[in-house]
Amino acid sequence: MGSRASTLLREEEIEEIKKETGFSHSQITRLYSRFTSLDKGENGTLREDQVNFRGFMRTLAHFRPIEDNEKNKNPTASEPLNSRTNKLLFAFHLYDLDRDDKISRDELLQVLRMMVGVNISDEQLGSIADRTIQEADTNGDNSISFNEFIKVLEKVDVEQKMSIRFLH
Amino acid sequence: ARPLGGRLWSMLLCSRPGCVRGTWEWSYVQTPYIIAIWLLVASVAKILFHFSQRFITVVPESCMLILLGLVLGGVVLMASKKQLYQLEPALFFLFLLPTIVGDAGYFMPARLFFDNLGAILTYAVVGTLWNAFCTGFCLYTAKLLGVIDERVQADLMDFLLFGALISAVDPVAVLAVFEEVHVNDTLFIIVFGESLLNDAVTVVLYKVYISFVEVGAENVHTADYFKGVASFLIVSVGGTLVGLVFAIILGFITRFTKKVRIIEPLFVFLLVYLAYLTAELFSLSAILSMTFCGIGANKYVEANISQKSRTTVKYTMKTLASIAETIIFIFLGISAVDKSKWAWDTGLVSCTLVFIFVFRAVGVIGQTWVLNRVRLVPLEKIDQVVMSYGGLRGAVAFALVVLLDGERVKAKDYFVATTIVVVFFTVMFQGLTIKPLVKWLRVPRSTSRKLTINEEIHERAFDHILTAVEDIAGLQGYHHWRDKWEQFDKNYLSKLLLRKSVYRKSELWEAYQKINIRDAISVIDQGGNVLTSARLSLPSMASRASFPEVTNVTNYLRENGSGVCLDLQVIDNVPGAKVEEDTETHHVLAENLYKPRRRYQSHYSRHFMPLGEKERQDREVFQRNMRSRMENFKSTRYKHHKKERSLKKRRGSDTKDDGSDKPRRNVSSQDKDPMLVPVEPQVEKPLDPEKEEDVGITFVARKAETPKQRPKSVPAALDGCQSPSAVSPTLSSEASHLPWKGSVGLPPPCVSVEATKIIPVDLQQAWNQSISSLESISSPPAPAESVHPRVNALSRLGRSRPTSYTPPGSVVGSTSSIGAQVSQGFFHYPEKKKEEEEEEEGSTLQEMQPLMSSLWPPSSGRTRKPCVYLRSLVIPPPPGGSEPHSRGPTQL
Repeated sequence: MGSRASTLLREEEIEEIKKETGFSHSQITRLYSRFTSLDKGENGTLREDQVNFRGFMRTLAHFRPIEDNEKNKNPTASEPLNSRTNKLLFAFHLYDLDRDDKISRDELLQVLRMMVGVNISDEQLGSIADRTIQEADTNGDNSISFNEFIKVLEKVDVEQKMSIRFLH
Repeated sequence: ARPLGGRLWSMLLCSRPGCVRGTWEWSYVQTPYIIAIWLLVASVAKILFHFSQRFITVVPESCMLILLGLVLGGVVLMASKKQLYQLEPALFFLFLLPTIVGDAGYFMPARLFFDNLGAILTYAVVGTLWNAFCTGFCLYTAKLLGVIDERVQADLMDFLLFGALISAVDPVAVLAVFEEVHVNDTLFIIVFGESLLNDAVTVVLYKVYISFVEVGAENVHTADYFKGVASFLIVSVGGTLVGLVFAIILGFITRFTKKVRIIEPLFVFLLVYLAYLTAELFSLSAILSMTFCGIGANKYVEANISQKSRTTVKYTMKTLASIAETIIFIFLGISAVDKSKWAWDTGLVSCTLVFIFVFRAVGVIGQTWVLNRVRLVPLEKIDQVVMSYGGLRGAVAFALVVLLDGERVKAKDYFVATTIVVVFFTVMFQGLTIKPLVKWLRVPRSTSRKLTINEEIHERAFDHILTAVEDIAGLQGYHHWRDKWEQFDKNYLSKLLLRKSVYRKSELWEAYQKINIRDAISVIDQGGNVLTSARLSLPSMASRASFPEVTNVTNYLRENGSGVCLDLQVIDNVPGAKVEEDTETHHVLAENLYKPRRRYQSHYSRHFMPLGEKERQDREVFQRNMRSRMENFKSTRYKHHKKERSLKKRRGSDTKDDGSDKPRRNVSSQDKDPMLVPVEPQVEKPLDPEKEEDVGITFVARKAETPKQRPKSVPAALDGCQSPSAVSPTLSSEASHLPWKGSVGLPPPCVSVEATKIIPVDLQQAWNQSISSLESISSPPAPAESVHPRVNALSRLGRSRPTSYTPPGSVVGSTSSIGAQVSQGFFHYPEKKKEEEEEEEGSTLQEMQPLMSSLWPPSSGRTRKPCVYLRSLVIPPPPGGSEPHSRGPTQL
């Protein structure tokens, strides 16, 4: 399976992805085979937003655990995709549905509704959202900016809680 | 131990001439008496240890208890020349161990435990096997090499048996030491989880070896080894299954205990204990069974049982576990004194000490190396050091070694001595030094704080994200299975084990409410007042954004206050602060919150707890509303009558109150500026719980004594609800002095406000309103505009006329203090122009009484004279009743 996938993936492309995302060679080929199995249209992209394999890998790279040798990398290098900030940014964009770099009350409500299901009334959800925003909001604009988002989660072990283990 | 103890006592008693044995029923009370004395000694010892706070931070409690045991044992030994008390295996395994394991299992942080289950299982199974075999073989080698003395008659099997029982890390010792060290959560759960789960391995190894020793090593066939492996699987898996079955039974039973709340905690204790005993009955791993019963049932039981039962379960379990732990360590000390059971061999002791330490370290490092290849968060080197060093042996090993058959295992006495030394060394030396070690290595400590609502939400979101990403990446990892389990739990288990009402609740909402309540309590605790906290704790208060400073304070408090505590033994990790906090909360709540009017009513039922606070409050609110409506109604009628007599009466009331000269000042201010009146008394009369209690009387309708009751009138209480907002413009200066006035813009969610909006014209209307206002309790409180101008006027009106009722202490729930405070402020009335009211009151009051007493039978205890009042209410609407608001201000 892996060999079939790697034949479709050019070696230099793998190298580039490896550099960009930090995945190992075997991980990339494994994920490529996953990608092709998800790619129902067999046109190298997923769904209507045209996610190609590079984008696919870039997204997954957010969830790579931070390894020891990456921790004390020289700071001049560009931030790896799996850094704490990038992990947080990924989560932030999940809330920020309209991409205005702010989580508004409505956006938070929508996400909450998706998460908690039907066991909660709109009113309850609303007060939760209110409190959440109020707790995080420091500049008083009734929405959560990315900086406020980072601040609110500064005590959370994001590196651990936003990572999964990819098979080698 | 107990009969021996009895003999000791009778010996002591009879050693004196003329012994009084005949009158002493010693033999009758002997056993429970001695047990109680033991518990007392143990508990008092704990108190004494904690006298010196500095001392206890250096020396773990377990060390002190062992030392105490040594002393006690020495005393007893000197007194009777023979050791009377021993840590008996039956006592240990049937009573002491289950209490500790039950506590540990029930309060195990489940998520953390399952997050690290792989590592825990590895250390518990592989690690223990490794330790047992290596220690056994190496001791045998040492014996062959001649390091261990010839007198120790033991062959390979004996040493393997000894290795098995000495290698298991002991949950009691680990808990006792680690709970005081406060290492980070992951490290703690790994060490502690290992110590719990390795029980299965130890028990199986022990039993297998015992049987091998019994049949003789030469008779053991290869098949028997496989049987050993199979029995390990049966014992561990069987124990776990038994535990889970009992967990399901427990969850299912607590689903139906709504009517018998009082025995809810009993079910928890019984079923968890039965899980232990059942597993023991079938020779399965009892510790595993109990642990998984606790872990499994916790979620459902906690959701099903009442808050009171939850507290009961928590405190009882902690108390029992604490006592059991104390007794175990004292008995360990006492047992060590008994020389007759000992046989010392330096070679064996030192070899064992070295081996268990070395193999523990090697085992941990080796396993961690393998685990770190798989683990998401690798275990650091310092973690490994702490884990190796934290391999404490304890009472389990001791009880197992005492259980050995001296006939078959010739070297039993040597093993006993070695085990005692090992236990002492690990608990005393390692326990004493692990704290400095952890400090020195800068091991990340546990962070004691509770999650904010943001963290709650976002961490849930992270879980969802990770599950999705695993799905996308085609992995079936931990999150995949966790999600699968949650789905299963939600669709089947929770449906089966949770009450319907609980099942429908959202977890997030629960978490949100918990956070709110926590904030409210901490605000009160920090000298805040109920009004401020009420704003925070009421879910319907959507517009809190205008009070950012309050939230900041609570955030600050949350971070600095008492936080989450992993230590399973401790109820809170700052006991002193916690106790203080509790008492303070208690006092603050007792002073500020709603006071049940009929507190003299005692509850005799054994099967039912007193009516729920909520119901009682609802009922109370209903009655109050009824009463206040009557008051308003009456007040509209007084106005036309003369007021001569009121002057005199009011003086009487003033003298009755201890308010000395304050009343006169109030009066004058009232006369000048009626708008300020509701405020001033508040300033001058700070909250006085005692007085408030006095206020909490109800409904006195004696005509002659009416004036005395009048100061604490219902309208005053009504004012309490209304005046803060009513007089808001003039409040600003007071607001700076009185924190509870800072909230002027937002009236407290006070039912009375709603209830008094409309003036009743007849009883039927009043009745309907009471009911509707009752309903309004459940619905969100009225926003700022709820203070009707009429209410404002009415409140002033009400103040100006005497009444026959006294407010029952306060208003409703969280806002009660305001009502109470204001009502106290309203002890005094303008002394002029009110005489005519008195007249009317007298007559109307008389009319009203019979009906009132029938309406409020409980309060009739205070009603001394019947009167007919309500009748007049029903028939003609009061002349001034329709437009009191127009008249009120002018009158003032």
